[in-house]
Amino acid sequence: MLGKTANGLTWMARYIERAENVARLIEAGSRMSLTRQDSEGTEWSAILTASGAGWAFEEHHGTDFTAAKAVDFLMRDPNNPGCLLAAVEAARTNGRLVRTALTREVWEAVNDMYLDLASVLAKPVARRDLPDMLQNIRRHSALIRGMVSGTMLRNEAYDFLWLGTFLERADQTARMLDVKYYVLLPNEDAVGSELDLAQWQQMLRSFGVNRAFLGVHGTEYTAANMADFLILDRRMPRSLAYCTSNAARHLEHLSQTHGGDSEAHRKLAKIREDLSARPADTIIREGLHEFLDGFVVKISELSDTIAKIYRFTA
Amino acid sequence: MAHFDEMTGFGDITRQPYQSYETWLKEVDTDHLAKKANRAESLFRRTGITFAVYGSDEVDERLIPFDVVPRIMSAKEWAYLEKGVTQRVEALNAFLHDVYHGQEIFKAGIVPEELVLNNEAYCPPMIGVEPPAGVYTHIVGTDIVCTGEGDYFVLEDNARTPSGVSYMLENRETMMQMFPELFAQMKVREVAHYPEELRRSLASVPPPVFDGNGRPTVAVLTPGIHNSAYFEHSFLADQMGAELVDASDLRVKNGRVVMRTTTGEEPIDVLYRRIDDDFLDPLTFNPDSLLGVPGIMDVYRAGGITIANAPGTGIADDKAIYSYMPEIVRFYTGNDAILPNVPTHRCREKDALAYTLDNLADLVVKEVHGSGGYGMLVGTAASGKERDDFAAKLLAKPENYIAQPTLSLSTCPILTKAGLAPRHVDLRPFSLVSDKVKIVPGGLTRVALTEGSLVVNSSQGGGTKDTWVLEA
Repeated sequence: MLGKTANGLTWMARYIERAENVARLIEAGSRMSLTRQDSEGTEWSAILTASGAGWAFEEHHGTDFTAAKAVDFLMRDPNNPGCLLAAVEAARTNGRLVRTALTREVWEAVNDMYLDLASVLAKPVARRDLPDMLQNIRRHSALIRGMVSGTMLRNEAYDFLWLGTFLERADQTARMLDVKYYVLLPNEDAVGSELDLAQWQQMLRSFGVNRAFLGVHGTEYTAANMADFLILDRRMPRSLAYCTSNAARHLEHLSQTHGGDSEAHRKLAKIREDLSARPADTIIREGLHEFLDGFVVKISELSDTIAKIYRFTA
Repeated sequence: MAHFDEMTGFGDITRQPYQSYETWLKEVDTDHLAKKANRAESLFRRTGITFAVYGSDEVDERLIPFDVVPRIMSAKEWAYLEKGVTQRVEALNAFLHDVYHGQEIFKAGIVPEELVLNNEAYCPPMIGVEPPAGVYTHIVGTDIVCTGEGDYFVLEDNARTPSGVSYMLENRETMMQMFPELFAQMKVREVAHYPEELRRSLASVPPPVFDGNGRPTVAVLTPGIHNSAYFEHSFLADQMGAELVDASDLRVKNGRVVMRTTTGEEPIDVLYRRIDDDFLDPLTFNPDSLLGVPGIMDVYRAGGITIANAPGTGIADDKAIYSYMPEIVRFYTGNDAILPNVPTHRCREKDALAYTLDNLADLVVKEVHGSGGYGMLVGTAASGKERDDFAAKLLAKPENYIAQPTLSLSTCPILTKAGLAPRHVDLRPFSLVSDKVKIVPGGLTRVALTEGSLVVNSSQGGGTKDTWVLEA
């Protein structure tokens, strides 16, 4: 496979995953602000920070963190290069670039997502339409993953698509957790408060795993339990442990065609070791923010290494 | 002027190939057709069969309009066209070999030497080069028009990088989804095997360096995702199971052209390039080209790669050379051309120029190197001022133009808002050349969507139709 194609596949998958995560972030923000009318601003400011658009937002809208402005900025504002529409466009452009490595059904699912969202997002989304809209995005992205699973050969193309998906998802989960813990609740007294509890619940809900959490930890919404669930629990499909172990599996497949392990394998093995080295309460005691920050940096370094080893660019 | 219609001839009958179709048509109403047309459009958009149109400043991603009424040909009509096109394509290849080798045709006084040798499309780096299996034009698109029952003319040969074959294939795919009942009733010959034929054809002319082990590695070279025909490039690569490469994937290494893969560098045996000669190799041609591969011409001349079509084939589809095609066919095949040319006035000749200037209102004037319907004058449709402006250009550079009578192109019904209405059409069959010439039955029917217009080019707002060749 061409190095360029591997690059395009990885990024197509990353952008689709990113679009889905932006939708989930907006969902979390909406739920948080709905349950707390008095200080809408804090949540949206945090959500913007989590999506990496905090600075850009303030540059264009100051500190006017209303739901309407924040949602529009996250969804479709051309001043926000990380907006959902831009991610979908980038996914489609990458899809066109690697069209020969995709099945017709995968490509059409990607193109459909673009055509649908480009037309819906031509104008701001009304608040009453937002829930349907967000659900629609999750459906598109699930359909694409389903088409990948159902129609693609288990070859390199397949592995690069999933590598992109899991690296992006790990990155997004880490950022979201960081924002919740570090930005939304700067005051230690608030830990364990009603507000704290509500925020954790909305976050789990936006991931679609609130019931799963209850099954595992009951109603113990402690920081340690949350960290355990979102970082260490290998059964939880958005946790750092799950994402990195799946990324490792696809990297493993690649090494079969490429004759052995590489620097990327070693880097990922180290990331996974660090993840399993200590329990959640130790992570929190040593500093959750530092831990997550370090994780995001290591994932980014891993991506660069993969790009180099598989000759993504000349 | 009465036009010959593919469905109704000169007016009152239903021509034989359309008889079953017409019976079917009587039973469906236009609303049903309109619904199908809408559905077809959304299928095209979904598949991503778009075409970039370069207008004022923005690039517009558009669909080529597709019409749901097929153009239908009898087996007999097709047999005649197939024979005529095959003969012409064989002659083109013989001509190309000759102008880059012995140049017998000049010595015989058939084609003026200077017309070829001083032509921009003539490629001196190809002199004396023997392309693998002697094939110059692996793919040829022949533009054919019809003016009456069995009255076909070749309007143009496309021997460089003819495009449009993906539309031929997708039009058929779409029609089969829209109207399965019609295909069950009428025996329409298949076109879907074109990509396999193309692959087989390309793989059958590997370069001398190919050792015969395994299959030759075939790749399609595109200028990139922003090219107007990018969809077709990726479509053909996909359908052939070949890699789609651009300049950034390629380089010359140890006498081979190699592509950068995830495992290292892999040599390419046959390169189906969809970029013009000028951009192919900055070391040999346009030094500013970023689309090409520096050094590929040296690899080619040393037998390290097959380039399809070969560099320098443009000389064969130059419109000034076109006018000599009847003589060229006779010279190389020993037979008269089966398919006639459109009578052509070469404006480089004094009498022809005078005639053209006097009759501008009735003629179609084209640039000899032009394509895509750009830079041409349709005298009957032009205003007095447009004709005057064009006359000035013509006088300034007469050798740059040829003139042809305005042909009464056949029409074929299309679906308009007001029901079915006739519009002018042409036909582009695609020939594949290896040790033999193969033509998938039919081709691309292009249609001028504006009433009375004769310009069918997609870049000028033309549309396409599915083309049906009946089995018997």
